[in-house]
Amino acid sequence: MKVALFVPCYVDAFFPEVAIATLELLERLGCEVHYPLEQTCCGQPLANSGCEAEAAGAEALFVRNFSGFEHIVAPSGSCVHHVREHFAARPGHDDVRRVRGACHDLVDFLHDVLRVREFPWAEFPHTVGLHVGCTSLRKLGQASHSERPDSPAFSKPRALLSAVKGIRFASPQRPDECCGFGGTFSVTEEPVSARMGYDKVLDHGSAGAEYIVSGDMSCLMHQKGCAERMGSPVRFLHIAQVLNGAHG
Amino acid sequence: MSTPIDHAEASSGFIAAKDHLEFHDRRLWDLRCKRDRATAAIPEWESMRELASAIKAHTLSHLADYLEQFERAAQANGATVHWARDAAEHNQIVHEILAARGARTLVKSKSMLTDECEMRPFLEQRGISVIETDLGERIQQLDDEPPSHIVVPAVHKLRGDVAAVFARTLGTDPDDDDPHRLAEAQRRTTRPSFLSADAGMTGANFAVAQTGAIVVCTNEGNADLSVHLPRLYIASVGIEKLLPRTEHVALFVRMLSRSALGSPITQMTSHFRVPRPGTEMHIVLVDNGRSERLAMPAFWPSLKCIRCGACMNTCPVYRRSGGLSYGSTYSGPIGVIIDPAYDLRKYSALPFASTLNGSCTAVCPVKIDIHDQIFRWRQVIAQRQVLPFAKRQAMKMAGRLMASPRLFRAAVEAAGAGAEHLPRVMLYNRFNAWGRQREVPAAPAMTFRQWWLKNRAAARDEGQP
Amino acid sequence: MSTRDEILARVRRGQPAAVACPPLPGFAQGDRRQRAGFAAFAEALQRMGGRVAAPPADGSLASAIATLYPQARVVCSATAEVAGNRPLSAIRRPADLDDVDLGIVRAAFGVAETGSLLLTEDHLGVEALGFLAQHLLVLLDPAQVVPDVHDAYRDAAFEHARYVILMTGPSATADIEGVLIHGAQGVRSLTVLPWPQPGP
Repeated sequence: MKVALFVPCYVDAFFPEVAIATLELLERLGCEVHYPLEQTCCGQPLANSGCEAEAAGAEALFVRNFSGFEHIVAPSGSCVHHVREHFAARPGHDDVRRVRGACHDLVDFLHDVLRVREFPWAEFPHTVGLHVGCTSLRKLGQASHSERPDSPAFSKPRALLSAVKGIRFASPQRPDECCGFGGTFSVTEEPVSARMGYDKVLDHGSAGAEYIVSGDMSCLMHQKGCAERMGSPVRFLHIAQVLNGAHG
Repeated sequence: MSTPIDHAEASSGFIAAKDHLEFHDRRLWDLRCKRDRATAAIPEWESMRELASAIKAHTLSHLADYLEQFERAAQANGATVHWARDAAEHNQIVHEILAARGARTLVKSKSMLTDECEMRPFLEQRGISVIETDLGERIQQLDDEPPSHIVVPAVHKLRGDVAAVFARTLGTDPDDDDPHRLAEAQRRTTRPSFLSADAGMTGANFAVAQTGAIVVCTNEGNADLSVHLPRLYIASVGIEKLLPRTEHVALFVRMLSRSALGSPITQMTSHFRVPRPGTEMHIVLVDNGRSERLAMPAFWPSLKCIRCGACMNTCPVYRRSGGLSYGSTYSGPIGVIIDPAYDLRKYSALPFASTLNGSCTAVCPVKIDIHDQIFRWRQVIAQRQVLPFAKRQAMKMAGRLMASPRLFRAAVEAAGAGAEHLPRVMLYNRFNAWGRQREVPAAPAMTFRQWWLKNRAAARDEGQP
Repeated sequence: MSTRDEILARVRRGQPAAVACPPLPGFAQGDRRQRAGFAAFAEALQRMGGRVAAPPADGSLASAIATLYPQARVVCSATAEVAGNRPLSAIRRPADLDDVDLGIVRAAFGVAETGSLLLTEDHLGVEALGFLAQHLLVLLDPAQVVPDVHDAYRDAAFEHARYVILMTGPSATADIEGVLIHGAQGVRSLTVLPWPQPGP
């Protein structure tokens, strides 16, 4: 299966190991992974700042880079959701529609397209606090959420991670409360953002988590920044790394 | 030119008060959890949300007809119906009703609309004494501070704060902070006002077009006391409060308190339709920007709001910043999508006081797409040139960067190369908001793109760097 | 142009495209109907802070009241079944009820879903009785319990009475640090006494 790898800009710049793990994982699962070299950013930071109009160039570049691929995969629910739902410049055009529809977050791609349920090479004998980012949770629907106690419980990322040998899950008090990253919010509303990040790390830590694992590196970047400043021993890995066999 | 509210600045003061922050966050999260339990017990909850949303949408799409039907029914009941285009007119009408009858004292139950119209100072300046009878509103009135939450107005205060306010204003013992005795003090000092007030006032949770009835939901019974004792009753009603028929009230009554507090119904669910013989009932229908919002294709759904406060309880930002940090009668997620319609410049920062996490949308009983509306308001604010911080020019530059692979790569590689060699004080100073309470991520040896070119490009042959 | 016409014109111009009114379903939930009845009502009322008294063994309403409220000095009844010592006919102004310790009323019916009681001005005699009395005793025919709130709102009282209240327990507040307090402004306690409606 031919797959185009969409690497979020901050992953490219600060967390290349996440993109490497995503690449290796997809290749282990039999995908032929292409990496369009001219990709930049999906434009989400602009749209979330109110400047949808300024993101038109970034969107057009994205569509050019990724046209012709039936599957576009990114290790980021937030970026994928932006492409699928918020490409505003030329939303109705065929090439845009196709690219938007072809774009998947890694968790959804593994769970629903490749339908993988086993990762025999992976072993992670640690207690993990699973953090499902709000976009992945409430907008991509990757897991049930506590606002809807009537709906049957399910979690795609947890289903994937459960296949990893030795893994244990911590149960924080507020598993689906936002961690406070929120893109530019992390800077423009720094006091609340930091407080939310600290609370999230403390919650997972108190529940016994040695690692916090998520499909969204943006959330983890923020939580990690908080944890390091707090002096918390909790460490952070992207789900791609754990599924790819990282040992912690 | 109104000064923009600085939510972030206000929030930092709120967060610094550790005990208050911890209680506020825990108390409202507890209400959110109670809401979860209450709604989980109702198998048809999701279909009720869908119905409630559709009934409100239907009503708003026929609002003019329903307003006229309501007016006819209310007049047939013997009530007098007034219309106010804005806050000033509302206040004038209320004052005229009171002054014409020589009314000097007014007892009232909680009404966000009267707060929105700033009615109290208007009346007080004209010699009319206004007594808030809801305990939370009374605490705030005595402390000369606006309410911070639409359902629990003094939730940001601890018992010691209330004791201090009552000691200062009611003469109670400043060292006695027992909530039961404080509530008893308010009961004891408010009761004479009920007995002797010239007029009583309520808001309206719902106004029924079919019957002309005003529906008011309280737990204390203070609305009933405000109406059943004085000889003059005034109800302030926002035009969006209309429901078509009595049967619809049942649905909304089943949803309101479960969403707000997790209890199946408020202790007192009162329906005022016909004035007692020898008394008067006046209803003031208020626009004050509602018809303008009704005409906004992206934002009219905010008028479906039934003022339950569930969005505030679930909002992680609201719980950690408090309602007063929004600088408006309406705070939290609903405030964020209502307030910019009143004053775009003043409230331009509010839509950015959100992580767009979507929890508010998920709990809203009438399915307002709150987080989508927050995103839409951000676009409006940027288009109208009132972005509170990031300059439009900087965004244009960023946009150009993202549209050009070459420029983008240069910026990424330059930023990474520089950061690791900077002394800590340059990264962590008051200009770097990220770094105030967080570590900045370390720049890796290579970007992913550089790694790919080094390790994979030859095999894949993707093209020239 | 009057404000009224101005507002109506603006509203009419700005109204979103017409949406039909959805019909309200019956909400007939099989298991809820089975759980309806006085026992379910009592459970719901108690969860809201109300009390349920056992009918007096000797069948005397007066002795039941004396047992439940030994401290009550001023008793005002709006019911035909029992007289207090402050006749409603003596009330000239609602504020005259200020010193009432115990008010006694009969409810039209109870609502099992919530523990609510439906009362109108006819049941209260003087509306303020339900709020100025320190304590309220409500007679309820145990056969008069409807399953849910939708049933309650079908009652003709909503179209014909001046005032209708669904009263669910005593007055309450949790405005100070979330501490639950009964007897905020209205009655401090509400007790339901199952007592069949006298025949015609």
